[in-house]
Amino acid sequence: MSELSDRIKDVIEREPVALFMKGTPQFVMCGNSDRALRALREAGAPVTAVDILPDPAIRHELSALSGWPTIPQVFVGGELVGGADIVQELAETGELAGILEQRLGGGYRDDAEERVVDVLVPAQR
Amino acid sequence: MATERIETLLRSAFPDANELRVEDRTGGGDHFQVTVASSRFAGLTLLDQHRLVNEALAEPLRDGTIHELRIKTREAQG
Repeated sequence: MSELSDRIKDVIEREPVALFMKGTPQFVMCGNSDRALRALREAGAPVTAVDILPDPAIRHELSALSGWPTIPQVFVGGELVGGADIVQELAETGELAGILEQRLGGGYRDDAEERVVDVLVPAQR
Repeated sequence: MATERIETLLRSAFPDANELRVEDRTGGGDHFQVTVASSRFAGLTLLDQHRLVNEALAEPLRDGTIHELRIKTREAQG
């Protein structure tokens, strides 16, 4: 396992909601990433975003870990929920809030602050 | 053409599909919307349904033929 892979894994396991996307929430670079972000925001999710664009290795290592080929990828409580289509569909049916509540607890909206983390540098702890 | 290649791959992965559509969303030949209704999806979560579609299209996803993929799956009724 590379260091990069370890850092990606760390984000997935540590962050309540991890969104691997093209761009950042402030500057979204892809329509699908935007759809996933909007669905998560509507559900009041505390989103931690990782921009995969700075290095192709991020996407490569991420897909190797998740077995999911496309971007974005959304993880809740360390588990893959899916890509943009799934997250959007789950948001529309109201199931997304249920998943968030089930995996993160009922108070998940309380610290719904958006963060961006960089997996190319060692984590600041 | 990419559209036909994708349709052929999906057709062989979901021979029973009673709905199978591949749309070139932008006309550029690399942004696709695929819709599949198959009995293979029975009892599977949305995540696993989409996994089956991704697996069927693993090659065009890997070689860059598909730049962007939107998936809509439905469980086919008998």
